[in-house]
Amino acid sequence: MMRKNLLRREIPEGMRPFEGAWSRDPGASRKLLSAGRPSKLLGSIEEAIRKSGLESGMTVSFHHHFREGDIVVNLVMEAVARLGLRDLTLASSSLTNVHAPLKDLCARGVIRRIYTSGLRGDLAEAVSRGLMDVPVVIHSHGGRARALLEGSLKPDVAFLGVPSCDRAGNARGWTGKSACGSLGYAMVDARVARSVVLLTDGLEEYPAVPASIGQDLVDWIVPVEAVGDPKRISAGATRMTRDPRELLIARRVVDAMEAAGVIREGFSFQTGSGGSSLAAVRFLRDRMLDLGVRASFALGGITSQTVKMHEEGLVGALFDVQSFDMEAGRSLGVNANHFEVDASFYANPGVRGSAVNLLDAVVLSALEVDTDFNVNVITGSDGVIRGASGGHCDTAAGSALTIVVAPLTRGRTASIVPSVDTIVTPGETVDLVVTDRGTAVNPRRPDLREALVKGGLALVDIEELAALAERITGRPDPVAHTDRIVGIVEYRDGTVIDVIRQIRE
Amino acid sequence: MIARLRRTMLFVPGNNPAMVKDAHIYGSDSIIFDLEDSVSPGEKDAARLLVRCSLEALDYGRTERVVRPNALDTPWAVADIQAMVAAGIDVVRLPKTETPGDIRQLEELVAEAERTSGRPAGSVRLMAALESPLAVINAYEIAKASPRMVAIALSAEDYVTCLKTTRSREGVELAEARGRIVIAAKAAGLMAIDTVFSDVADEEGFAREVALVKQMGFDGKSVINPNQIPVVHAAYLPRKEEVLKARRILQAAEEAEARGSGVTSLDGKMIDKPIVERARRVLELAGEA
Repeated sequence: MMRKNLLRREIPEGMRPFEGAWSRDPGASRKLLSAGRPSKLLGSIEEAIRKSGLESGMTVSFHHHFREGDIVVNLVMEAVARLGLRDLTLASSSLTNVHAPLKDLCARGVIRRIYTSGLRGDLAEAVSRGLMDVPVVIHSHGGRARALLEGSLKPDVAFLGVPSCDRAGNARGWTGKSACGSLGYAMVDARVARSVVLLTDGLEEYPAVPASIGQDLVDWIVPVEAVGDPKRISAGATRMTRDPRELLIARRVVDAMEAAGVIREGFSFQTGSGGSSLAAVRFLRDRMLDLGVRASFALGGITSQTVKMHEEGLVGALFDVQSFDMEAGRSLGVNANHFEVDASFYANPGVRGSAVNLLDAVVLSALEVDTDFNVNVITGSDGVIRGASGGHCDTAAGSALTIVVAPLTRGRTASIVPSVDTIVTPGETVDLVVTDRGTAVNPRRPDLREALVKGGLALVDIEELAALAERITGRPDPVAHTDRIVGIVEYRDGTVIDVIRQIRE
Repeated sequence: MIARLRRTMLFVPGNNPAMVKDAHIYGSDSIIFDLEDSVSPGEKDAARLLVRCSLEALDYGRTERVVRPNALDTPWAVADIQAMVAAGIDVVRLPKTETPGDIRQLEELVAEAERTSGRPAGSVRLMAALESPLAVINAYEIAKASPRMVAIALSAEDYVTCLKTTRSREGVELAEARGRIVIAAKAAGLMAIDTVFSDVADEEGFAREVALVKQMGFDGKSVINPNQIPVVHAAYLPRKEEVLKARRILQAAEEAEARGSGVTSLDGKMIDKPIVERARRVLELAGEA
């Protein structure tokens, strides 16, 4: 059986007949010399919300590349509230102190659920005290990429602040007045969201390429006054510490890396945020020069320190999911081997090999480590949420050598404890804990212990560290919780590794 | 033979619990708990109590524990010395020492405190900080004033004020005092300890000064920031060739001694007592003693 299409050609029954060049593209019209191209530019966030088809109960997603300087999340959510939408799921790659105004939107029912890597400040305080009816879901950066790509987390609309884009939506983060460097987290959202809205304060002439987010993924563009406060985008993130305690720990980290044999030609490394782990880069550089070796790549949050090593030939390639400072952002634009990678390439456990799996060593900070090497980076000693999961558990699982650093005590609080308040990273993925009072190897790593002892490193048992800490601080009363769950901590594979309970007043 | 190294003596404010509790972790040879200039008058008692309790409760490992009490002419000196001796301090470093009489007065206070606290007589050692032109002129007499003395130290801030000058990068204003202190210390068989370098951000200037005073013969330096410790230790670390040569010298000396001879030669050069002593010191600094 055959039928005719618009051009009167006979095609088999059951196949879709051609009905005209623009029949399936309602935005397009017949060609006319006088007609302009359909524009993605919109005049306001409200208009973008309407055009995107956002309704109550849907999911909106954001990224946190502007960190403490972010303007976009508050701006969009306030517009959403003005339009009377409710019961939304807010899925941001992370949230910071600057997002305190969301507290009211949660209380008013505009935001019903939150997915995030981290929570800090007033919003975190309020969540810890029972602000939300539905527990907040804390995910890792790799875990979020997995959830987005497998479809267990489905953003209806992604509102992505970009420092620079053209009228077609080609967007990048290393140019513009609000430059933030890599857009590695946002790139995943742009791939999966049903509708993608860019907000920008840096509209450029077409084509603004190379681009991190291509025009093929972008529905709408809203020019705004500012997407971020440049002063706070990288404020303090990578200041070089002069704290003797942090420097002592950093030196010990590099001693351990050398003794473990990972500082060799072609090795790879990542260092997290935090004074000691960032300082370790400086000592690592000196040690690499002494040993005459070069690294094949550095991963993760890229800093001016790693850029310097790259530019002097000590590190072959930089894989940058998040630029920790403006110097890293600059480098991304000019260095051919400084690559922007998205969160899936970086750390997704559900794909056929993410970059964390190729790490030889990672140095990570911790709020608390317990005698089973479990790490807490999300709740403080008072049980209040004040941190971020980030790439902690992703890199810990992937790296051949995972080093966690912490001072033995912070003020009157012990960092090495019998049992952490909240587990984010399981002890089986942590190999070494370096403190100002000694270095402890995970008993699950006899090979590492042997190498370190052979290298002349003094080691202590982690129980000794916990006991020493307790001798200094005394034994604190356990954190008082109610039974109500306010947070669910997802492991990178989507399983639940721990929950956070409401603190008892 | 030198009993212990004092390459680095780290000042720790006696009223800062976070620093007092684990000042030894940075690996300085000595810690100086300061009850004097870094503690304001209103906090003198609190600092004394904090340091005393810390000395009694905490294990500082093999690090030498030194206290800088308030000067003898202040109302706090006697209580400082009694409390520190009772708490087990290793060394008392007297500030503003001007004359041998100051050391003898300190020695009496320390001996009395040893008696009342039940510590063995003579167990507490003494150091003097020389902070004035008169002190520098008296350096040798001060060094010889008590058998408990282990070192004399230059304290430059007050000293340059007395000279009516300021500290310079080159340190020309300190040259004479440094030279005299090294000579007096060595003549008395003590160690000479150099003054602090206050600009903790100036790593290069610090390293230059350390190299200078090491070459002059100082045994070590007072430091005010733990970040300065690795710089000093690196400067005092003998080179590999020096260590190898020192080992061979000591071996040759031991063989000579076994033969009953005081003098021998190595590579055609005479090996005598001063050369052997220098070799011993090299190995000590290399951590092999």
